[in-house]
Amino acid sequence: MDLSFDLLGNAIISGLLLGGFYAAVTIGVSISFGMLDIVNIAHPAFIILGSYTAYIANSLLGADPILSSIVLLPAFYLLGIAIYHVYDISFERRGDASIRGLAFFFGILFITEVTLVLVFGVDYRLVDAPYIGPSLHIGVIHLPMRLLVPFLVSLALIGALQLFMSYTFIGRAVQAVAQDPMALQLMAADPSRIKRIAFGLSIATASTAGAILIIIQPVEPSIARDYIGRIFAICVMGGLGSFSGTVVAAMILGIIESLTSTFYGPSWSPAVAFGFLLITLAMRPAGLFGRS
Amino acid sequence: MRNAQFILFALVAAAVTFIAARLIDNAYVFFAGYVVLQYIVLATAWNILGGYTGYVNFGTAAFFALGAYTTVVLHKAMPLWPLPAMMLAGGVISGLIGLGMGYLTLRLRGTFFSIATLAMAVVAQTLITNWNFVGGTRGAYIIRPMDSTIFTGDYIQYLFLIMLLLSVTSVAVARAIEHSPLGYGFSAIRDDELAAEASGVPTLRLKLIATVLSGGLMGMAGAPLPYYVTYLDPASGFSLSYAVNTIAMPLIGGTATWLGPVIGAILLGTLQQVATVTISSALSLLLVGLLLVGFVIAAPKGIVGWFKQ
Repeated sequence: MDLSFDLLGNAIISGLLLGGFYAAVTIGVSISFGMLDIVNIAHPAFIILGSYTAYIANSLLGADPILSSIVLLPAFYLLGIAIYHVYDISFERRGDASIRGLAFFFGILFITEVTLVLVFGVDYRLVDAPYIGPSLHIGVIHLPMRLLVPFLVSLALIGALQLFMSYTFIGRAVQAVAQDPMALQLMAADPSRIKRIAFGLSIATASTAGAILIIIQPVEPSIARDYIGRIFAICVMGGLGSFSGTVVAAMILGIIESLTSTFYGPSWSPAVAFGFLLITLAMRPAGLFGRS
Repeated sequence: MRNAQFILFALVAAAVTFIAARLIDNAYVFFAGYVVLQYIVLATAWNILGGYTGYVNFGTAAFFALGAYTTVVLHKAMPLWPLPAMMLAGGVISGLIGLGMGYLTLRLRGTFFSIATLAMAVVAQTLITNWNFVGGTRGAYIIRPMDSTIFTGDYIQYLFLIMLLLSVTSVAVARAIEHSPLGYGFSAIRDDELAAEASGVPTLRLKLIATVLSGGLMGMAGAPLPYYVTYLDPASGFSLSYAVNTIAMPLIGGTATWLGPVIGAILLGTLQQVATVTISSALSLLLVGLLLVGFVIAAPKGIVGWFKQ
């Protein structure tokens, strides 16, 4: 019994840490899908792109993956701006965002994945950093540093975004465009410009999320797909666009997945996220904390 | 043209295709032709839900692979069943999965349905990967009969013929739907679901009919796959390229009519067969992705839309 209690405690702790990481992966979609209503299913592909840029910086220059991902934030921001520009001209202004907009992002997802395969092949890639090996021990609880560091980085990233959204003009305008674009227009702000900035931010988060992904596990191009179910499950359950809801939902999913893989085996964990998503959609489409 | 005339016409076209393929007398023609025909079925099936009602299904690979794995199970459990019976079984399984999925998510906004289908593909793959009876990760080997019982010739010719008949069936079904009350209900949902609901269109029931038909046809298209490839593993059965192709083909051809998916499937399917042989399969997939994005941006009504202008 003692042993299984240790096992349970460790499974819950590593689930919490994993959940913190899932929050960073999801936060971009909370902005683009939750606030702007843009179904960016290509987001996981940008995260993988972030993993590969961190991998290149790490293997060629020996740079720390997290630091290099922060340096690369502006590049990802500009990529997001460019994609939103195309999306805006081709779909939003024509009022034809549903099918074709979805197909557009699906195409982007696929192009990114195949391009990464063509350039890097399908081998798993990993990075090297001082915190990847060791772990902290507190009593019977093990805290692997390669989960703890991503957890802290993720919370810092989300905290910074939350501060930005609450205290800057642009951040408040993004929240306003999520609630009522027409009213924003009447206040003489351009919804299209605000959305472009917000979408740029959402893609920028993929740089850091990608870096912590490749710290946690080796990466190859097609693992983007495993994250699609998780990301949207968390985003919907967190109540679409609420940052604190996203963090709580991510941790719940992290704990459930960790318990499943500890007690039933890791090959089942992708199914957990989906079951989670279906139950959420069927029972509470407004999310755990939303008003239905 | 009435439906009966159309079916007769389609059967004649199919017979001509088959005779022409036999005259060329090269096994590769049948192998390549089978894939193109399979995509005609998949694209047409996708379009019944995606094009007519406007609900985007990213889970083609799941419906398709579940049909294929139904055959693997039946091949082990009842090896004497003829292939058409296995295809029916595969269609029923995939149709039921579509019904369940649709029932849970189709009452919500369309995007939730799309996301759920995408996630379902991952889960169905997880289930199959963990199921040892069908080979798990290792995959399953299927030994096909040397000759078909119906006519003399290679088994691949038999598979080609079956897929040819299935594509005629699915195109005829799609075309019949277009000019039926069912089809008018579908387009009412696509154009304005709220207004349709308010005018007394039973939207949920119609959407479920579309999902079941579409999923069932995809399952039937997948059922002969184990005999075609003779070795099936989850990674290839659930390959994302099926989903990309079946979305790209109707969107490139045009989603409004039955003709669009057929044109898209023939063009893109043939192009990929050529590109896979002459360049590489990864590059040919990249080409599909680029064409998809290019067409949705530049030609929203597809190739059929061009000619109508």
